[in-house]
Amino acid sequence: MRKIDIAVVDYGMGNLRSVSKALEHVAPSKNVLVTSNPDDIANAHRVVFPGQGAMPDCIRELDLRGLRDAVLHAAENKPFLGICIGMQMLFDHSEEGDAAGLALLKGNVKRFAAADMKDSSGAKLKVPHMGWNQVYQAKPHALWQDIADGERFYYVHSYYVQPKDDSLTSGYSAYPSPFTSAIAINNLFAVQFHPEKSANAGLQMLSNFVRWQP
Amino acid sequence: MSLAKRIIPCLDVTDGRVVKGINFLELRDAGDPVEIAKRYDDQGADELTFLDITASSDNRGLILHIIEQVASQVFIPLTVGGGVREVEDVRRLLNAGADKVSINTTAVLNPQMVADAASRFGSQCIVVAIDAKKVDNQPFQWEVFTHGGRKATGLDAVKWAEYMAKLGAGELLVTSMDRDGTKIGFNNPLNRAISDAVDIPIIASGGVGNLQHLVDGVQQGGADAVLAASIFHYGEYTVQQAKEYMAQHGIEVRL
Repeated sequence: MRKIDIAVVDYGMGNLRSVSKALEHVAPSKNVLVTSNPDDIANAHRVVFPGQGAMPDCIRELDLRGLRDAVLHAAENKPFLGICIGMQMLFDHSEEGDAAGLALLKGNVKRFAAADMKDSSGAKLKVPHMGWNQVYQAKPHALWQDIADGERFYYVHSYYVQPKDDSLTSGYSAYPSPFTSAIAINNLFAVQFHPEKSANAGLQMLSNFVRWQP
Repeated sequence: MSLAKRIIPCLDVTDGRVVKGINFLELRDAGDPVEIAKRYDDQGADELTFLDITASSDNRGLILHIIEQVASQVFIPLTVGGGVREVEDVRRLLNAGADKVSINTTAVLNPQMVADAASRFGSQCIVVAIDAKKVDNQPFQWEVFTHGGRKATGLDAVKWAEYMAKLGAGELLVTSMDRDGTKIGFNNPLNRAISDAVDIPIIASGGVGNLQHLVDGVQQGGADAVLAASIFHYGEYTVQQAKEYMAQHGIEVRL
């Protein structure tokens, strides 16, 4: 059986190339595999669970490929990094398409209320929340190592997670109200922003993940 | 502190080289796309936009190779536009490493394609590019043009922007054809009218000649991001200088 250092879960939604390229960049000696095979996920040392598009479609495609159990097992047993929809799917339910999530974590996924959102100068805030926003670290974690508190990461999303248990929150951003943008529990870390598109700060986070021993 | 306004250097690419023209004409060579992309990334560019301006003629496949090369070395969002005609073109560009695909002429010829691409790949990766020009023979101020600015459509740019947002565009790239290449500043009234009309972010484009124009684009035009080409290509300003200038004028940027 071949050795897989990092499996990137591919369920047919969106572009995984940037995630795998960024991982290869920070860990050139590691074997990074983009895969839709549950056995590969079971055999991998680390798992990255990205996501793009609409959550109901993501869940459907995940199930069509028989990946649900492998992802849930990995999320509870090995270093696991969820990104964007890959974070949202871990929760109970999303307002997007009124969809059930994987329900590993308690909480819901909510939409930004575009009509009511203004910045401090009174200007309208757009949805999707697109661009570089500051991420504040709620508590220390191996994945924040060498990343400044308040560092900017790249976001593009219209929905955000609202964990039932506040202690899950490892990082947050404001748009305009604070929302959870990183969660951590045991071997699991997940972020709403895109580390693979966040220049040096993002590469630092991926490098931290590749070396993380939870 | 909150979301930063973005600075997006734009690389017009033809036959594998970056070029810059004036009012869509008179192309001058500005360098190798991969080298230029890396330089802008080093300077702190927030995103990069590649427009394949010869997409309708030969060498169209070249852009895919360029994007593949850039995407394995530059880890910021990449937008690619030019000659995107069908959902399959979007897929190819995303697979090559683009994060967003910009749709222009096809959006006018076949608006359903925007809806189809957004529902298949997500609104986050669908940018609709609107080339607009001031007109005085219509009941509105700004008309949408296609085919690199050669064809009038009879469409009101502001209404068109609203329609594209409704169909699933995640962002709008608004280019003033009157201003493009002129270095006299963005068309801020146009950008403001569109920005106020939609909830999605808009990128202002066309006409930047100095750093104050970038500030005006945000403060007067209501742009969420500003796009510029020539002021960066010819070394007049670095992206870093542009950001420092914007920060000094009270605009939140990623420094």
